[in-house]
Amino acid sequence: MWDITKLVFPYAIAYTIPLMITALGGLFSERGGIINIGLEGLMVVGFFASAVTITSLQIFLPDLSVWIGLLAGMIAGMLFSVLHAFASINLNANQVISGTAINMIAAAITVYLARTLTGSGNITIQSGLPRFDIPLLSKIPFLGPLLFSNTYASTWLVLGILFLSWFALYKTSFGLRLRACGEHPYAAASAGINVYRMRYIAVMISGAFAGLGGAVILVTYSGEFNGSVAGLGFLALAALIFGQWKPFGVLGATFFFGSAVTIANISQVIPELGVIPPLLLKIFPYVITLVALIVFSKSSQAPKAEGEVFDLGRN
Amino acid sequence: MKKELNEVTKSLIATFLGLLAGALLMLSIGSNPIEGFTYLLKGGTMSIERIGNTLSTATTLILTGLSVAFAFRTGLFNIGVSGQMLIGGLCATIVGLTLDFPRPILLFIMLIVAIIGGAIWGIIPGLLKAKFNVHEVVATIMMNWIALWVVYYTVQAFLIDVQETQSADLPAVAQLKVPWITELFQGSSLNLGLVVALLAVIFIKIILDKTTLGFELKAVGFNRDAALCNGIKVSRNIILSMMIAGGLAGLAGLTFYTGFAENMQIGILPAQGFDGIAVALLGISTPYGVLIAAIFFGILHTGKGFMSAMTDIPPQIANTIIAIIIYFTATSLLIQRLWVKILRKKKSKKNAKGGVD
Repeated sequence: MWDITKLVFPYAIAYTIPLMITALGGLFSERGGIINIGLEGLMVVGFFASAVTITSLQIFLPDLSVWIGLLAGMIAGMLFSVLHAFASINLNANQVISGTAINMIAAAITVYLARTLTGSGNITIQSGLPRFDIPLLSKIPFLGPLLFSNTYASTWLVLGILFLSWFALYKTSFGLRLRACGEHPYAAASAGINVYRMRYIAVMISGAFAGLGGAVILVTYSGEFNGSVAGLGFLALAALIFGQWKPFGVLGATFFFGSAVTIANISQVIPELGVIPPLLLKIFPYVITLVALIVFSKSSQAPKAEGEVFDLGRN
Repeated sequence: MKKELNEVTKSLIATFLGLLAGALLMLSIGSNPIEGFTYLLKGGTMSIERIGNTLSTATTLILTGLSVAFAFRTGLFNIGVSGQMLIGGLCATIVGLTLDFPRPILLFIMLIVAIIGGAIWGIIPGLLKAKFNVHEVVATIMMNWIALWVVYYTVQAFLIDVQETQSADLPAVAQLKVPWITELFQGSSLNLGLVVALLAVIFIKIILDKTTLGFELKAVGFNRDAALCNGIKVSRNIILSMMIAGGLAGLAGLTFYTGFAENMQIGILPAQGFDGIAVALLGISTPYGVLIAAIFFGILHTGKGFMSAMTDIPPQIANTIIAIIIYFTATSLLIQRLWVKILRKKKSKKNAKGGVD
C-alpha cells in the first residue's frame, strides 16, 4: 500500500495543481458576483498561449522560456476574460450564456490558429518543467517522499498563490470589498465601492488563474497543446462548489478530486487499484458535487448576488 | 423608426457580426474571406448530396436547439443537452445492437428508449431544481460528465468494437438511414431522423402555443412568483419542462448516433449539445426560428470541410463563427445601445438641417 501511495501521490498532485489554481480563479470571480463557467475556455487559451510562446522561445532561452510561457498563459487568459467581464458587467448579459460562448470561442479559435501555425493543430514543446526533490525536506520520513519528492516548481508557485489569495480575501480591505460586491453589490456601491471596477478585477483574476492553470498542464504532465483540457475547467467549477467558495475548501476539494481522477486513470496498470470500478472513480467528483449541492441547499455559502445583474441606473 | 429593435433583427445583426468576425479571422491568416465564404456556402449547398448532408447535420441541431429553447421558455437553462444526447443515443444503440425485431418495431423501440433515456437525464436536474433549488446549470454540467463516463465504460464493457474507441457498428436494420432517401440524395447521410425532427418542431409548437401545459410553462418562465400566486404548480412544471427538454435531447442523440453516424465514439461530449444553445438563441427560442437557425448552422458545418480543402482556412472557422454569434446574442444590449445612438445622430442631423421634429 505504501509503495502505491508513494507512486500515485506525485501524479495526483501534478493533476491537482492546475485544477486548484483554476478553481481559485473561479472563486475570485464568483466572490465578486460574476458566475464564470468559461473557466474551461480560459484554461484552453492559457494552454495555447503558453505553447506558442514556449515553442517560439525555446531555442534561444531553453530554461527561461517555460516561465515566460507560464506568464504568457496568465496574460492571455486575463485578456480573454475581459470579453466575459465586458458582457456580464457592462452589457447585463446572461452570465451563463456569455461563459458558454467563451468556452466555445476558445475551443474553436485556438485550434483554428494552431492549425494555421502547425498544420496538425497540435503544438509540442521540447521540454517542460523538470521534476526535482527539495533538499532536506524530501528526507523527512513519510512526508518527504509524498510531498517534497518529484515536485514541480509550479506546484509551489500555485500553493503560494493560494495562501496569498486567502490573505488578500480575508485580511485586506480589497478582499472585503470584493466579497461585498458578490453579496450585496448595492450596499457596497452606497459605501463608495466601485462595483463595476471590482468585478472587472475579479473576472480578470479568474482569467489569469485559469490561464495559468492551462499553462501548468502544458509544462508539467502534458507537454503538448491539443486543443482541449478535457473538462478540467468544469471539474474546477465542481471543486469550487464542493469547497463552498473558500480557498482552503478549494484546496481540499481539488486534491480530493485530483486523487480520485488520478486513481481512475492509473487503476488499470496497478492491480491493487483495479478492484475499484473506474467508472465510480471518474464520476465521483460530479456525483459528490450534486450531493453537496443538495446537502448545502439550505446553508449554501454561495455569494448571494452571484449571477445577478448590477446596474446602478436601474432604479 | 422604432426605438426598440425586435428580436428577429437582433438575431440577424448577431449573425452578421459573427460572420464579420469570421471574415476578419480569415483575413488575419492571409486568406480571402469572399473566397472562403463562397466555398463555405458551396460546400453546404452545391449538390444534392451536400444538401442532404446539410439537412442531416441540421436534423440533430434542430432537436438540440428545441431542447434548449423549450427549457428557456420555462426560464431554465439546459446546458446538459450533450449528456442527455449521449444517454439517449446509448439506450438506442443498446437496443439496436441486442434486439432482433422487424425493422419498424425495432426503430420504434429505439425511438422510445432514446426519449426515455434523455428524459431521465433531464428529470434529475429538474428534480434537484424543484425540490432543493439546486441551480440547473451546475447540475446539468455535472450530469454531462457523468453521462460521458457512463457511456465510456458501458460501451467499453459491452458494446466495444475492435477499434476500442467506439461501439460496434449498428446493423443496417437498426439505422435510421433508408435506401430510398440515401438514393434520392445521392448517397448523403440524410435519414429518417429529419422526419422525427420536423414532427418534433410541430409538436413543440403546438404544446407551447395551444395547450394549457405550454401556457403554464411559459408563465413559470415569465415570472415564477406570479405563476405560483395564480395556482400554477411551479415545481411540477419545472420537472416537466426538463423532462421534455431531456426527451428532445435524447431524440437528438438517436438521430446523431443511429442516423448520421452508425456507432458511438466514446470519451467525447457531442458538440451538437452546445451548438443547440446557439441554435436556440439565434432562433429566439421559437420552434420555427430553431428550424431556420439549425439549417443555417447545418450549412456552415457541412461546408467547412469543402472550404478547408479548397483554401488554407482551417474548418474550425465554422465553430468559431457559431461561438461568436452566441456571444453577440448574449450581448444584444450592445447592439441595442448602438442602435439608439445611431437614431440620435440621425435626429440631431435632421435638426441641424433646420427640420422641425
